[in-house]
Amino acid sequence: MINVKLTIDPLSVTACEKMIEDDQAGGHVVFIGTVRNHTSSKKVLFLDFEAYGPMAEKEMHKIAERALSKFEVKHIVIHHRVGQLEIGEIPVVIAVASAHRKAAFRACEYCIDSLKETVPIWKKEHFEDGEVWVAAHP
Amino acid sequence: MKINLLVFGIARDILGYAQHEMSIQSDMRIQDLKHKLSEEYPDFKKLAKFDIAVNQEYQEDSFVLSERDEVAIIPPVSGG
Repeated sequence: MINVKLTIDPLSVTACEKMIEDDQAGGHVVFIGTVRNHTSSKKVLFLDFEAYGPMAEKEMHKIAERALSKFEVKHIVIHHRVGQLEIGEIPVVIAVASAHRKAAFRACEYCIDSLKETVPIWKKEHFEDGEVWVAAHP
Repeated sequence: MKINLLVFGIARDILGYAQHEMSIQSDMRIQDLKHKLSEEYPDFKKLAKFDIAVNQEYQEDSFVLSERDEVAIIPPVSGG
């Protein structure tokens, strides 16, 4: 089972975990991305996430499909939030269920690593003295 | 011919718009569009990179654009 979602609403970790419940699964791995209060030594006030919505959901789906074919996992949920997020809030949740734990850990890591490389979502960090699009410049 | 250009993140800051019906020569390739953008807006050259998606799929530099394509400028992504 694959479930992907891009939303402006707060993400529910519990809802993501519920979706992957399966009596045949011996392990759930859940990655929760949270907004950090600093970059290098600079204090971050909040983040803005924007996405190319339809393509972002397609790319998230492709990643989940690839993970399902690469690893022995049963269910993958990838939810990502957009809009303004405060420190400590959750921009991304990835939940994976599999019969055995190793595949679940590997698939979950594959999903978040791939998401950061290919899914058209951008974050802007807001500091006390300005703002920066993350990763835009070398 | 015309394409529907969608612009995100720092690329939107560079161009000053999020969406634009752009007139281009027919048979324009993605590499030609990238070159045109970089020449007209040198700030594109300062980016780590930028990709082009056509109708919501990443495409290579050799891809040829068609009338009415939805063409998105994808600066370095930073989700998660």
